Amino acid sequence: MRIDVNAFLGSYPYRRVPGTSPDALLAAMDRTGIDRAWVSHLPGIFWRDPAAGNAWLYEAARGQARLRPVPAVHPEMAGWESVVREAADAGAPAVRCDPTFYGIAPVSPAMRALVAACGRAGVPLMLAVRLEDGRQRHPNDHAADLPAAAIRALVRADAAARLIVTHADRPFVEEVHFGSTPDEASRILWDICWIWGPPEDHLETLLRTVGPERFVFGTGQPLRIPENSLAKLDLLDLSAADRAAIEGGNLEGAAR
Amino acid sequence: MVSHDLTRRLVRFPPVLIDVHAHFLHDRTPRADWRERNASRLRAGERVGITIHVASILGSWGHTSPIYFPSRDDLVYGNDRMLALQREHPARIRGYVTVNPNYTEHALAEIRRCLDAGMIGIKLAASRRADDPLLDPICALARERGVPILHHIWQHRRRDYPGQEASDAVELGRLARRHKSVNFLLAHIGGGGDWTHTLPVLGDMPNVLVDLSGSGVDGGMLEACIGAVGVERLLWGCDLTIETGWAKLRYLEHLLSPADLDLVRWRNAARIFPPGAFPSD
Repeated sequence: MRIDVNAFLGSYPYRRVPGTSPDALLAAMDRTGIDRAWVSHLPGIFWRDPAAGNAWLYEAARGQARLRPVPAVHPEMAGWESVVREAADAGAPAVRCDPTFYGIAPVSPAMRALVAACGRAGVPLMLAVRLEDGRQRHPNDHAADLPAAAIRALVRADAAARLIVTHADRPFVEEVHFGSTPDEASRILWDICWIWGPPEDHLETLLRTVGPERFVFGTGQPLRIPENSLAKLDLLDLSAADRAAIEGGNLEGAAR
Repeated sequence: MVSHDLTRRLVRFPPVLIDVHAHFLHDRTPRADWRERNASRLRAGERVGITIHVASILGSWGHTSPIYFPSRDDLVYGNDRMLALQREHPARIRGYVTVNPNYTEHALAEIRRCLDAGMIGIKLAASRRADDPLLDPICALARERGVPILHHIWQHRRRDYPGQEASDAVELGRLARRHKSVNFLLAHIGGGGDWTHTLPVLGDMPNVLVDLSGSGVDGGMLEACIGAVGVERLLWGCDLTIETGWAKLRYLEHLLSPADLDLVRWRNAARIFPPGAFPSD
């Protein structure tokens, strides 16, 4: 079972991106042998109230067993707690929050409260470090990359919290992993979409130093072509067990 | 049923794949792991099916002069190491001679020396703006020797970035218009910056080809490249990330006919590099 935890539906505000509909995503999944995708509502990340896209997201995923919705929650919007409860009730595999895109502090009492609420609800919190390479972003796209210090702080905010961090590169992963206790580090999963393969071999290094149990398959599609995450796995000499763990097994127990 | 004869021919002649944008390291760079990185590139290349890595070494990679402003001594040492790699791996590696246009006479002499020794192209990084007249004698020599120029590009340069005197497609275009009989490789369309700014610039510049390398794997980028310049002006490459090159190749397999894919894999490269540069010629 190959699960893409890092997929999006809907348009991107800063450039034309093909393949943003559910049908197009399913076609891309067929093309690349991805069985399931956890999908987020891409335009909502840029809305004042990101949770306003959740109804559409739930509807888009309804009746489509291969797509599982990752609703967005803004912890400084009134009623955010109900968004987490709704996600838990709906069986969402995670909720997402992208504080730098929302224009809020990545570490704050509100963010800590969100982490704690997710911990109580048993729902992992997903955060993206970035969506695009900083060198190519639209001149009006001023959202900062999520700092590694924020992930270290958030995982410490609640002992039951589990985080899924997407679009992180090797230095980011290392800074958080080795800046956390073993218990804290064990509650973080990293998607592989932004980690370099050969000849720098960042992914190979991280699988050796951090461990394959901490990584999950993610692509960032359709902003990024999903073939990239497959290619980097195909360039590794992974055991079948490790590959299966990264492609889905590591999500057991972490996600609902 | 496939005949034994055809099977033998397919085994003898696997599909050609030329990476037009590769790099290697050496012992006088800041990287203690330079041997491992070089070996990793070749190992990954075998898995992907790269027939030839066309590579450059940018001086000392910052050890004793800046990566994009290499000193004359560092250029000579780096080019010597590049020649050594080409000699060690004659079936797999070809070299670009890297020069710094600020040292005109040195650059011209280094180009002659390294092309005479078997290199097949010229690499210009970001030591001088692409449209600067100092690049003209280098282009004149490229025309005389019949070799292409791979030019480092920042896709849409909005300002001066630290560590390099970068150029974008508009600036390379000015140079390309002055030297219409020289082929230019516009480096790493996925290598940073805004490729949506680059592509519309290239329509009327048949001597500028787009190198698809770079860590960027944006959805829609490859379709836009095909739409902007056509498959005849696309060149496959990896630069610093082989997985992104392989991903783009896999994606192109779904976009292009086998004949068009062959153009991107190697035929376009074979057209612009000197005759006999590759075993497929």
